[in-house]
Amino acid sequence: MVDSAIRVGTANGAARGGLHRLMRRKSTIAFFMALPLIALLAALVAYPAGYAVYLAMLSKSMERFVGFGNFTFLFGRDTFWQVVYQSCLFAITAVVFKAIIGFVVAHFVHNIPAKGQRKWRGMLLVPWVIPPAMSTLAWLWLFDPSYSAFNWVFDHIGIGRVPWLGEAAWARFSVILVNVWIGAPFFMIMYLAALKSVPDQLYEAAAIDGASWWQRIWYITLPMMRNIIAITALFSLIVTFANFDIVRVLTAGGPLDYTHIFGTWAFRVGIEGGDIPLGAAVSLFMVPILAVAAIFILRDITRRGSEV
Amino acid sequence: MANTAVSVGGPTRQIRYGSVSRDRKRALIWSYVFLVIFAIFFLMPPVYMLITSLKTSAEISAITNPWWVYNPTLENYVSLLTSPEYLTFFWNSAMVSIIVVTITMVISVLAAFALARMRFWGSATLATGVFLTYLIPETLLFIPLFKIFAFVNELTGIELINNWWVLLFLYPTLTVPFCTWIMIGYFASIPKELDEAALIDGAGWMQTLTKIFIPVALPGIIAATIFAFTVSWAQFLYPLAFTTSTDQLVLPVGIITTLIKGDVFNWGQIMTGALLGAAPPLIIYAFLMDYYIAGLTAGATKG
Amino acid sequence: MAQVTLRKVVKNYDQTPAVRGIDLEIADKEFVVLVGPSGCGKTTTLRMIAGLEEITGGDILIGADVVNDVPPKDRDIAMVFQNYALYPHMTVHENMSFGLRLKKVPKEEISKRVQAAAQILDISELLQRKPKQLSGGQRQRVAMGRAIVRDPKVFLFDEPLSNLDAKLRVQMRTEIKKVHQKVRTTTVYVTHDQVEAMTLADRVVVMNNGRIEQVGAPNDLYHTPMTKFVAGFIGSPAMNMIPCRLEKAAGGLRVTLSDGVSFPVPEDRTARYEQHLNNGQLLFGLRPEHLMDAHAHANPHQHPFDVTLEVTEPMGMETLVYFPINGIDICARVSPNAGAQAGSRLRLLADLDNMHLIDDTSGRVL
Repeated sequence: MVDSAIRVGTANGAARGGLHRLMRRKSTIAFFMALPLIALLAALVAYPAGYAVYLAMLSKSMERFVGFGNFTFLFGRDTFWQVVYQSCLFAITAVVFKAIIGFVVAHFVHNIPAKGQRKWRGMLLVPWVIPPAMSTLAWLWLFDPSYSAFNWVFDHIGIGRVPWLGEAAWARFSVILVNVWIGAPFFMIMYLAALKSVPDQLYEAAAIDGASWWQRIWYITLPMMRNIIAITALFSLIVTFANFDIVRVLTAGGPLDYTHIFGTWAFRVGIEGGDIPLGAAVSLFMVPILAVAAIFILRDITRRGSEV
Repeated sequence: MANTAVSVGGPTRQIRYGSVSRDRKRALIWSYVFLVIFAIFFLMPPVYMLITSLKTSAEISAITNPWWVYNPTLENYVSLLTSPEYLTFFWNSAMVSIIVVTITMVISVLAAFALARMRFWGSATLATGVFLTYLIPETLLFIPLFKIFAFVNELTGIELINNWWVLLFLYPTLTVPFCTWIMIGYFASIPKELDEAALIDGAGWMQTLTKIFIPVALPGIIAATIFAFTVSWAQFLYPLAFTTSTDQLVLPVGIITTLIKGDVFNWGQIMTGALLGAAPPLIIYAFLMDYYIAGLTAGATKG
Repeated sequence: MAQVTLRKVVKNYDQTPAVRGIDLEIADKEFVVLVGPSGCGKTTTLRMIAGLEEITGGDILIGADVVNDVPPKDRDIAMVFQNYALYPHMTVHENMSFGLRLKKVPKEEISKRVQAAAQILDISELLQRKPKQLSGGQRQRVAMGRAIVRDPKVFLFDEPLSNLDAKLRVQMRTEIKKVHQKVRTTTVYVTHDQVEAMTLADRVVVMNNGRIEQVGAPNDLYHTPMTKFVAGFIGSPAMNMIPCRLEKAAGGLRVTLSDGVSFPVPEDRTARYEQHLNNGQLLFGLRPEHLMDAHAHANPHQHPFDVTLEVTEPMGMETLVYFPINGIDICARVSPNAGAQAGSRLRLLADLDNMHLIDDTSGRVL
């Protein structure tokens, strides 16, 4: 009795080293393994993001604190509201078309025999693989005012020439078109993955229940893919909204600021125009929309995490 | 009873089989028709790049059929690949991308292993934080970063702006969060018993990582590497804002700022340069398509 | 080779007790099976022996050494996991030799030991394959091979057969037993399957709710369960348990199950049961095979009674029949020739030499 009591005592005291220390050391090691990541995120993402807020409250020469001066200045400028309108217009329109085209194409790829799918999928994803700045150059060339290959075709079939980048409405159309061209394949890939995860038995059960082709899409495919559709659309909304490359290369914001979006205008004002605080203020206006999208994505991810 | 059921069931079933297969055939034909149309839409710009790159300047300005090459020539390729300027861009791009990929993979594999397997204080918050930073676009950060780097320059005298290697600090902010995120997913899918078996076999944490986790999650590592490379190679905003002199430029910026000189567009060379610039990601994609796609879908489906 | 000793071992997960104080002595070369329903703490116990879980209190000894704080790799144990946990990127040979290579054992020695283990398990031809190319049974063998190669003091098995299909499970069960007879390493084996426990074990440890219910040889557990839990857990179909009254009658004691059914208690148990005459919470326990059809040979302690069958399940060598007593479904094993049919009457014999009397309040078998 006494003997065992002593043993228990030692076990709880001095000898309780090895395994316990091992477990504790495990979390210390883990922390050090994650340290580079923490340092990177803190120094180059979190700190600049916070610094942007402070920066946006300085005067142009960055010597004077002006509080909300830059923001009120922006509110008073028509160009700013134009940029807000254009950013939303581009992002929403482009995402809707990307989603529709992506869904349709994914459906067609899913329809054809399995052995051909890889080849088609490979071809259709090419726009996503090419660096956007490079492919937008090709579009710029296709839209060239005097040598446009589209206009050459239109001339030949008797439709008039189109001022692709020369007129506000057409320039906006062109920006959206290029956005859709680059982004739709991504939707296609995501939807295709989702389509493949819908069990065939569901379609068979629906077919036995007498569902038509259209009803099968509406009652089975879409509900089963709802999660992926939502999350892909939100991702894409963020990317399109915060885009820079396409507008910068295609129109540089023109004609007359009619295609500027937050990213490009912030660059124009902040880097090229030398007014860094104002540029920072412009880009900060992206935060609310990004935050809303991020919250929805995060909610979805954690919800799915807890389901598993 | 059984007899009549068979004789009634027989013919109707045949008719239904016929209509099913006819429906399927029609659906298949329509699928192919639309796929061809979409493929034309998606492949037209790169094909047009190729067409233009094979033309001489004279043919381009002659306004002949832009969709056809009458006098194919490799002149543009030769002149670009012998131009020291273009080769410098290519070299800078390659250096930046390769180093960034290395940094990214080291940081994210270590962090993902820690986050997926070895809980520590705040690890759950950090995992969410990683995902959130992935959602922060570069257009939000480039201005404060520009100012911070200018400030560091004033403080230390180290010339950060207008040096290609400054990009080595910037690109990881774009690649690390996503790569960490998908590596967490891949590592989490490895059964827990595997590291316990390794623990019993006498492996330490580092050995478990290098001898078990990395080999087992190799597909994920390849996917993350491809992603990091593609992002680094394609990045446009950071080099445009942070580098200016021609010997420090990377490919996308180099092509746009040097080949477009004022109003003179040498389209043959621009298209050639763009096509060559698009080549490395395209080649990687052609050979490792399945990994590429796995990485692409992992971001949203894992987690 | 070594014995394993557990002394008052306790494990809490954030104040939730998983193991509530276990004392167990496992002899050298013994094959001990921990069995119990899921959540009973058997796997936690095994993982504490392996060193994969810290213990909250008590001592674990392997051989003569307290290993409470010894990391798994230094405990000289080997473990076979439920999903085998084979390293998917290594060949069978590499899988089996991984631990030895980490210990920097010389190459020839490794190769010799792998060959020897492969011989025992009959997997010599598979050494260059990857786990993906193996069948479930082969993977199971490799997992055991990995354990054997290390020549540890103790083998730990964590439900190793539950991922196999029924037929293979029976086959591998025999295989494990054969291996143990060859290598004679002390073995602790966890399963939820009582048949596995009965067939494999030298001694079975029945666990429930973080405690040991009973330790004993398979047959002892079956014939003399000490608790209601063990009586109900061991044996399939499970023991019938019917609320009953114990009464004094002319010539001894009687148990009354319902108005129509009552049996005399064998005289040799009178002394044992007499003190429980007034207990209102008694259960009468009888295994299905001790309820047989009346055509079988009867001895003085087998008492007939008539029932109306509800369901019959022909199994070939026997037929399981079900009937209610006081609203409780009772199962009996009768000869296939007894003519048992659902809805019909049948005369059964209750073999009272094998009856159990259980105190439902304390859960003890009296």
